[in-house]
Amino acid sequence: MSKKIAVTTTLNGEETIFLCEPRQTLLEALRDNLGLIGSKEGCGNGNCGACNVLLDGVLVNSCLVLAPEIEGRTVVTIEGVAEDGELHPLQQKFLEHASLQCGICTPGFIVSAKALLDDNPVPSEHDVRLWLAGNLCRCTGYDKIVRAVLDVAEGDA
Amino acid sequence: MQAIDFVAPTSVDEAISALAAGDGKARPLSGGTDLIAQLQEGRLALDTVVDLKRIPELMAVSINTDGLKVGASVPCHAINHNQAIRDAYPALIDSTHLIGGTQIQGRASLGGNLCNSSPAADSIPNLIVHSVTCHIAGPNGRRTVPVEEFCTAPGRNVLGTGEFLVALEFPASPRNFGAAYLRFIPRNEMDIAVVGAGASVVLSADGNTIQSARVSIGAVAPTPLFVQAAGDALAGQPVSEETLTKAADLARDAARPISDMRGTIPQRKHLSGVLTQRALRIAIDRARGTKTVDELGRLNGNV
Repeated sequence: MSKKIAVTTTLNGEETIFLCEPRQTLLEALRDNLGLIGSKEGCGNGNCGACNVLLDGVLVNSCLVLAPEIEGRTVVTIEGVAEDGELHPLQQKFLEHASLQCGICTPGFIVSAKALLDDNPVPSEHDVRLWLAGNLCRCTGYDKIVRAVLDVAEGDA
Repeated sequence: MQAIDFVAPTSVDEAISALAAGDGKARPLSGGTDLIAQLQEGRLALDTVVDLKRIPELMAVSINTDGLKVGASVPCHAINHNQAIRDAYPALIDSTHLIGGTQIQGRASLGGNLCNSSPAADSIPNLIVHSVTCHIAGPNGRRTVPVEEFCTAPGRNVLGTGEFLVALEFPASPRNFGAAYLRFIPRNEMDIAVVGAGASVVLSADGNTIQSARVSIGAVAPTPLFVQAAGDALAGQPVSEETLTKAADLARDAARPISDMRGTIPQRKHLSGVLTQRALRIAIDRARGTKTVDELGRLNGNV
């Protein structure tokens, strides 16, 4: 058991202090130490995107970030996507298009798609597919997911 | 699971001390896309992680008439979004757009890609054809190494105990300079190169003669290869398919691949020639100012 590190961060808009072991990943700290179990562990090595979060506004795999690295930084997880009790348009469109079955990949897809629309509010279908290439879904397939993202983008346009 | 320490120095000197204190069991961390995955898999015997991203020099990008200097820990994402780099070094974006997916590019750095020293690393042939100089710091001070001499074997490089990469320095591009990097993978995105090829040229003012050229191929030897013979054969020659075919033949001859799950020896030899020729064509188009890339400065990686 190594000594624990106190980390101060802005997590989903709120200043948060938590203790972690130096080798814990951000994903482990979110789920095991902070009780934020929306981010999923699919592969644990950066292939599947189910754990994606925004770190200082940049899309990253939380399984490939060490928890102590986020000292002083800003993190947004899937729990921070809905605002004021209202589903984010992406969450609403994922429901309408039935863009999920088992749901394990869904939080990662929503966070990734949010990062895409923040970066490029009117993406082409190619842009969406390329941006989401690092998010794997093993049951729904990608068409319904891509349609939901494009539907949100077109709604904004 | 083995416990480790985590430190985040804010200067190069502090990082040198932290790595020295680790007695060979401290490892520098940049984006972590290789290091943390290896740590999680239990493949690394280390006791201290030294996060370099709080050191301003490792996160700095400077671009001016002398060239471009990229801190070793700058993520691909920051390079992709830097308009000055995209304008002056468009070929660099060929690599930073290919390394992993969007979220990997949010963390992965050119420095980390180089220090991981994979024979298939997508940035290294590109760094070689850009004549990059590696700036290294360590307990015995600072030194520089040409990037083509950096990798020594799969996963191994010239960094000694306690040394780390500080920055990559790109010389100013001469007039009529163009470069490109291409890789072959059996799918559209998110894969490891079967073969990669980088090429750069400097053309005469009329765009019809190759004054000098550099060629580098990846995933066909224990380290990314600098194919000096191909560049030498192009120097002073007219721009023609015949000239490019000769360079491609020399690249194919230089390749000494293995057969594995990604490709066979004959396939990789063949691809070394094809990709070298195509990369040279794109490099020449760019040197002439002909548009061959999409609005993101990006080539189709699956040629």
